[in-house]
Amino acid sequence: MKKQWFTISVYSENNVGLLNRISGIFLKRHINIESLNVSKSEIEGVSKFTIVVNTTEKWVRNIVGQIEKQIEVIKAFYHTDEETIYQESALFKIASNLLFDERQIQNIIKDNNSQIVTVAREFFVIAKSGRRNEIDEMHEQLKPFGIMQFVRSGRISVTKSEMQISALLQEFYEEA
Amino acid sequence: MEAIKMKTEETKSKTKLKISGAEAIMHCLLAEGVDVLYGYPGGAIMPVYDELYKFQDKLNHVLTRHEQGAVHAAQGFARVSGRVGVAMATSGPGATNLVTGLADAQIDSTPMVCITGQVTRHLLGSDAFQETDIIGISTPVTKWNYQITKAEEIPEIMAKAFYIAKSGRPGPVLIDITKNAQFDEFEFSYKKCTGVRSYTPVPKPDPKALEAAADLINAAKKPMIVWGQGVILGKAEEELKALVEKAGIPAAWTIMGASAIDTDHPLNVGMVGMHGNYGPNLLTNECDLLIAIGMRFDDRVTGNLDTYAKQAKVIHFEIDKAEVNKNVHVDVAVLGDSKETLGLILPLIEENSHEEWHNEFKKKYEIEFKEVIEKDIHPTKQGLTMGEVIEEINKASGNEAVIVTDVGQHQMIGCRYAKFKKSKSNITSGGLGTMGFALPAAIGAKMGAMDREVVAIIGDGGYQMTIQELGVIFQHNLPVKIVVLNNDHLGMVRQWQELFFDRRYASTVMVNPDFVKIAEGYHIEAKRVSERKDLSAVVQEMMASDKPYFLEVKVEKEDNVFPMIPTGASVSDIRLK
Repeated sequence: MKKQWFTISVYSENNVGLLNRISGIFLKRHINIESLNVSKSEIEGVSKFTIVVNTTEKWVRNIVGQIEKQIEVIKAFYHTDEETIYQESALFKIASNLLFDERQIQNIIKDNNSQIVTVAREFFVIAKSGRRNEIDEMHEQLKPFGIMQFVRSGRISVTKSEMQISALLQEFYEEA
Repeated sequence: MEAIKMKTEETKSKTKLKISGAEAIMHCLLAEGVDVLYGYPGGAIMPVYDELYKFQDKLNHVLTRHEQGAVHAAQGFARVSGRVGVAMATSGPGATNLVTGLADAQIDSTPMVCITGQVTRHLLGSDAFQETDIIGISTPVTKWNYQITKAEEIPEIMAKAFYIAKSGRPGPVLIDITKNAQFDEFEFSYKKCTGVRSYTPVPKPDPKALEAAADLINAAKKPMIVWGQGVILGKAEEELKALVEKAGIPAAWTIMGASAIDTDHPLNVGMVGMHGNYGPNLLTNECDLLIAIGMRFDDRVTGNLDTYAKQAKVIHFEIDKAEVNKNVHVDVAVLGDSKETLGLILPLIEENSHEEWHNEFKKKYEIEFKEVIEKDIHPTKQGLTMGEVIEEINKASGNEAVIVTDVGQHQMIGCRYAKFKKSKSNITSGGLGTMGFALPAAIGAKMGAMDREVVAIIGDGGYQMTIQELGVIFQHNLPVKIVVLNNDHLGMVRQWQELFFDRRYASTVMVNPDFVKIAEGYHIEAKRVSERKDLSAVVQEMMASDKPYFLEVKVEKEDNVFPMIPTGASVSDIRLK
């Protein structure tokens, strides 16, 4: 089976220790987590892990099964890139003088649909959201001018299809 | 906050008064029906032990001689009784000594709650005396774990712990309780947990899957059942037997499934796996339908997956969705509790018999009997065999005993030749293969089934890993029968060295002490048998005794266990010698 990119979405209770439990499942199989994001979800009190891995479908299916088995996990899914809308965010910290000396930088900011989030005496910060390749491209464009600091977030994604977590939780309360 | 995510039910034992966390733990244990627990005290769990002192008329705490002994005893208790085993230890080394038992219980799906003391809350993370991150350490080997740092959390978390341990596919839960939470007082009330919103213990059976499975079973010409412990955990022994008999299907078992159906049942065709029976292993690759029930296609069962039952359709009755299609691709998965799903499928099954196909198993058994079994249980050579000892125990117990085995050659021989009439009679460390399991597990097994004869069968290697638990047997005068099959070797490793490592016996020769004297040092009646003529009488004497009894049998030093599927080989390549 061919390796490909998968986005794993995990809806869970917000409990200390769950991250450890989930990361252990990848560790056991020597599967590298390419990116990880933990945030709140559309449901109050429910957390969402977004995990990106490059592996085979058989492995990702097994892993999602093992993740979903954890007591505090409500539901876990995996999707291919085609099935999701996904983005990453990046911050570029650049010396302030370049903003005035290098006219090109302003064009890069504009052309890449990015924003200046702060300007200080010594530096300014550009935020860019988008696909990985768009961020990489912008990085390439800015690199010749000197980047003081760079950081990129993990992938965040929503699926094109519906995620029926609320219905699932509702079922629990109705059975009570 | 926990409350909104849990379903609870009021219990009668409602006590509305301020009590300490430690006392609350006693009330939680009692509310969950606990009357025996195993453990070892220490600094961080002293408030709990102080309460155990006050509750000793209701809670029988057994002081093992090592925390590993406590956790295996709790496992033995749980396995034989179907109840939740409870073990207790202090922080640091006390807690880490539980880890092997947790891993064993996790892989063998044993319901267990372990309670560990922890340093007081404000010291957490400071590398305090006997502080260890047992939550971090135990995460991969527990079904669930939780650290309690406030006394108020105790009732809800304990209720959840017991619920999670025993529901669905059972497993071990570890609750770590900081010392301040044991001392602090709060208003106690207890509600049993009946549901956790993020956890579905038992999937609902799908009628379509049941129908599809029934169609395959009714159409099959050469069907074969392989059942595992899921049948025992689901209390589905009667349903399994009914299915086997109605459809006339030869049925084999994994070692964890042993004893769910009588050994002597005509359709019980024996054990699958590395040292299982010849017929069921070979015929796995000849059946047209493989019906797996409550088993997980462990590598010791399947051998090489690329050549495992490729010709057959596969049905998998399973409670744990994550096990389906994990190792073997299945055509129909019937999710749910085995008692429920087997009960539901039974009316859809047509009465049938597969005599010709069943005869294939009998023919293979004849071959195995001549080549292996006869030599094992009725040997004519001079040295004693492990098999003949088991056979004598069968005779003396009338196949009624609970057999507890450790790990290695004696375990495989024990599982192959011990005969069972009752379910929950074969207690062994299956998935983890934990040497040292048997002696403490036999203590728990005896306490979980006082009306039954419990025989621990142990090798000379594994025996010495937890030999200190003789102290418990002596102190509590527990009539456990201990049989050490002594070949002065780590026999199974030696066998592999002989077969696969050109007889380089690296560190497998054991220089053993006088085991009889050691048992006598614990005031346990002890005998040694080295000759065949004495065996039968001594085994009978042992089984007739109403006291603890130790028997060392000096067996042939270099016997091998056959049949055998070498690691990575196909079940078709099973060797008879």
